[in-house]
Amino acid sequence: MQSLKVGMADLNTIKNNGTLVTLGLGSCVGIAIFDRKNKIAGLAHIMLPSSLEIKNNSNKAKFADSGIELLISKMEFIGANKHNMVAKLAGGAQMFKFNSKADVLKIGERNVLASKSKLDELGIKIIAEDTGGNFGRTIEFRSSDGSLLIKTIGYGKKTI
Amino acid sequence: MTVDISNLNNILLDVLKELGNIGAGNAATALSQIINNKVDMNVPQVRLLNFSEVDGILGGPENPVVGIYFGMEGDAVGNIMFILDLESAKNLVELLFDKKKESSELNELEISALSEIGNILASSYINSLSQLTSLKLKTSVPAITIDMAGAILSVPAIQFSYVSDKVLFIETEFIEENKYISGNLFLIPDIDSFEIILNSLGVV
Repeated sequence: MQSLKVGMADLNTIKNNGTLVTLGLGSCVGIAIFDRKNKIAGLAHIMLPSSLEIKNNSNKAKFADSGIELLISKMEFIGANKHNMVAKLAGGAQMFKFNSKADVLKIGERNVLASKSKLDELGIKIIAEDTGGNFGRTIEFRSSDGSLLIKTIGYGKKTI
Repeated sequence: MTVDISNLNNILLDVLKELGNIGAGNAATALSQIINNKVDMNVPQVRLLNFSEVDGILGGPENPVVGIYFGMEGDAVGNIMFILDLESAKNLVELLFDKKKESSELNELEISALSEIGNILASSYINSLSQLTSLKLKTSVPAITIDMAGAILSVPAIQFSYVSDKVLFIETEFIEENKYISGNLFLIPDIDSFEIILNSLGVV
């Protein structure tokens, strides 16, 4: 079975019974999109909510909004159809607890919200999520059934 | 002049390395006084990494580590992070409490002690930086977590992602030889503060 790694500010697609893996997801969000009919999976590992807020936005995979768009077009390129797509989300943790107002520390939550609103805008239903908290996650997304395996240190393991 | 961190020349890199050297030298002295043992440090590395490379350091993205995180406040802002692998954290706790630990599980008191060690290291680092640059600098209270290295590193990486597609760390490794304690101290100034620091030294 083919397994591809998706790093920070990166995305990838797979079909034919493969797996997309992201290791050690923290405040970033893993956006897993699945075409149920064609068994095509796509995973984006975004770092920031919006490409419109940032001047340096050439890397589309870095942002929730442009990352989702790019991921969908890459999936369509290998035969997926948007009408069959559903999504799952993981990550968006707040790794350190601070008594500070600093926006940067709530970035996980903002990343999750931005991902949801973009998917909503595109009419892609979110069928499961494991987001928030204050712990890291390793995720494995399978194109055979669209299952998303989530592993943590000290917070168990589950499939959504 | 705007400093482009993905395109720093050798002089600037050397200056940053020297900053790390002086700051970490003081931190190493402080650590050695606390644990009453000799502490060595490696020559600081200035690492300029792509996001995809970030999770390759510290033993891989899933490697469990202790991360102690501070805000740097004052004339220049940013973050300081002290990272220990679990074995080192256990050995450091044994030295601090003068007892043998069966497992590498840490209780609340031990976590609090580690976080205080991080505090002392970060403060001595910042103090020497402050003297050198004549900038007013201080650290926030520490926040500590034990988790996957990749997840912990995502925090500073995201801060860089606002302005860059690369991450710049000044990294120093501390080594206590009798008992194996290896820790990494990262200084992560905000992009504007890079310029402030380099300006204060008269190099840009």
